[in-house]
Amino acid sequence: MKLTGAEILIESLKKEGVEVIFGYPGGAVLNIYDEIYKSDFRHILVRHEQGAVHAADGYARSSGKVGVCLVTSGPGATNTVTGLATAYMDSVPLVVFTGQVPTLLIGNDAFQEADIVGITRSCTKHNYLVKDVKDLARIIKEAFYIAASGRPGPVLVDLPKNVILDSTEYAYPEEIDIRGYHPTYTGHIYQIKRALDLIYKAKRPVTYVGGGVIISDAAEALYQFITTLGIPVTMTLMGLGAFPIRHPLSLGMLGMHGTFQANMAISESDLVIAIGARFDDRVTGKVDEFAPNAKIIHIDIDPTSISKNIKVDIPIVGDCKKVLQSLLKEIVAREEETEKIEGRIKPWLEQIEKWRGKHALAYEQEDVIKPQYVVEKLGELTKGEAIIATEVGQNQMWAAQFYEFNKPRTFLTSGGLGTMGYGLPAAIGAQVANPDKTVIDIAGDGSIQMNIQELATAVQYNLPVKVVILNNAYLGMVRQWQELFFDRRYSYTCMEKIAPDFVKLAEAYGAAGFRIEKIKDVEPILKEALAVKGPAMVDVIVEKFEGVYPMVPAGASLKQMLLV
Amino acid sequence: MKHTLSVLVENEFGVLSRVAGLFSARGFNIESLCVAETLDPTLSLMTIVTRGDEMIMEQITKQLNKLINVIKVTDLSARKFVDRELILIKMKATKTNRAEILRISDIFRGKVVDVSHKTLTIEATGDEGKLAAMIELLKPLGIKEIARTGKIAMLRGAQ
Ligand SMILES: Cc1ncc(C[n+]2csc(CCOP(=O)(O)OP(=O)(O)O)c2C)c(N)n1
Ligand SMILES: [Mg+2]
Repeated sequence: MKLTGAEILIESLKKEGVEVIFGYPGGAVLNIYDEIYKSDFRHILVRHEQGAVHAADGYARSSGKVGVCLVTSGPGATNTVTGLATAYMDSVPLVVFTGQVPTLLIGNDAFQEADIVGITRSCTKHNYLVKDVKDLARIIKEAFYIAASGRPGPVLVDLPKNVILDSTEYAYPEEIDIRGYHPTYTGHIYQIKRALDLIYKAKRPVTYVGGGVIISDAAEALYQFITTLGIPVTMTLMGLGAFPIRHPLSLGMLGMHGTFQANMAISESDLVIAIGARFDDRVTGKVDEFAPNAKIIHIDIDPTSISKNIKVDIPIVGDCKKVLQSLLKEIVAREEETEKIEGRIKPWLEQIEKWRGKHALAYEQEDVIKPQYVVEKLGELTKGEAIIATEVGQNQMWAAQFYEFNKPRTFLTSGGLGTMGYGLPAAIGAQVANPDKTVIDIAGDGSIQMNIQELATAVQYNLPVKVVILNNAYLGMVRQWQELFFDRRYSYTCMEKIAPDFVKLAEAYGAAGFRIEKIKDVEPILKEALAVKGPAMVDVIVEKFEGVYPMVPAGASLKQMLLV
Repeated sequence: MKHTLSVLVENEFGVLSRVAGLFSARGFNIESLCVAETLDPTLSLMTIVTRGDEMIMEQITKQLNKLINVIKVTDLSARKFVDRELILIKMKATKTNRAEILRISDIFRGKVVDVSHKTLTIEATGDEGKLAAMIELLKPLGIKEIARTGKIAMLRGAQ
């Protein structure tokens, strides 16, 4: 049967099991929008293309499925760049379709032409310009496969107008063969055995897990691994949710704003078992002084992540879940050695408990509401079961430190790129994927204004996301650096008296608006807001000069923590 | 250390810029890059000469392999290989130096490919050492312009 490019696109999306497109129309994609109309395909109209990509991203992170976007050529396409870069840094599977001018006009500076394949080459896992409708079905199949397999990432498919209009015989390919792309899933058994040899010798081992564990759905295998060996575990920002934070073997988050015990444990360890993490500079601090006396085992599906920043002793390339399962098999077989771990690392665990007791994450609640208190209250009110998206800055770090994450795919945050404006659209996408869950964007007064327009999207589709603004009247994280390293010269970070009235703003969009100014109101008003059936925004006036601690200054070693 | 990489890629538009973009985005340097179709018209072979310590070379190789359009990466420098480069040298030719230029060119098995009243253009091929020596000898006689292809290379024997 002959189908047009637009029809092939919709048919292929159905074949891929796509439930929803996040998009925004325009001239170059009119025919596709017509097809969406005719086929009644579910489509969420965002208010800015950046919002579409972050929403698809939140959808993907919270569900494990591929997120899909559709935007027009030129400005529509360029507006996706920040979203793509965000997803690329955090390995989120997306397929983004962009309209393009007809192939004959490409290169002519045609109206609404942008070389989006050129522009996004370095912030996508792969991208395609479809030149012939005959290639379309194959390319879509490849795009979904590449986005979701190996180390996932965003793939962009650029669709010239004539390709959308042209017709060809349609058959969705069953098989896929990309000769330059063969991700490794199973870890090398020899390496796995060598890794265990090290684990069975270590006196001060610590496991350091990142987002890879969540992406590969390895939380259960990780739990088995940690509890069988009795080795402590710390998580990166992206790894939060991979292991229950309150478990006695959990050290909490490590890195720049990590816990005292986590950073001390890493620094003093003699063996680091890194799983699905990439030794980001926000995690390692000064590289030369990161775990200076430790051997390093590194499990990761992306070979380029291994020995990139830190020399690794035992690399294991593979899928975190598969490798953990292979490790567990060996561990069971080597029962006697496994039993000896407990005795050997007992002094180490005792040392860790001392660290833990010394500088717990804390804050002092005074007259003005402390932002940490708000996050804690949210944790209590939602029993730690909400999906939390964040913006970027102090709000993000307090959410990471004070909301207790126990399950994977419940914490959505822009870790790698640190994109302000990520949280609200990501929350919207997560709510689309999880209609029955409570989804909250913990926001800053600065960041929320970067994609505030998406409140209209939430209202239009009655997606009951809740935005809780920790309103400190500052670009707080930047202010904190100015306080610490620039003698309190608060250059362009104060937003006092120039912020919009967030309550009126929420109401103007048709959402519910709340404001909290007193400590005694925090709990009841949050409760009330959470009970709203539709979207709601809560403006919480918090202490202006609160800082995020502990803090390892950029470039310092992990042991050089500023504690208050 | 200098490394010569042989990179087999899909013969498609955009592949060259993906490879070049990778080098510039990650701060790796390219000393030379040659690319042309292979016997199989769907494939191209790139020869890239680059520099880096062990850790950088490991990253370059892995990052290249990570590109979807890259099929195979071989670091030739780890093994025995032959490499060749073609060079065109345009000499300022005068009555007095013409004979000397031709003599030097002969020693290096160069060929004259163009002559004018004021110039002599020589073509030569060879490995890096040979071409460097030839340029060295020709320099005092007045080189006007040089164009070189960059290196192509292949493993020796049946490897
Ligand atoms: C798009 C973007 N621009 C700039 C920054 C730099 N930046 C990081 S945190 C921050 C302040 C954020 O302010 P706010 O949203 O109020 O959060 P707070 O730190 O006060 O909680 C800024 C400007 C960024 N991360 N992203
Ligand atoms: Mg703020």
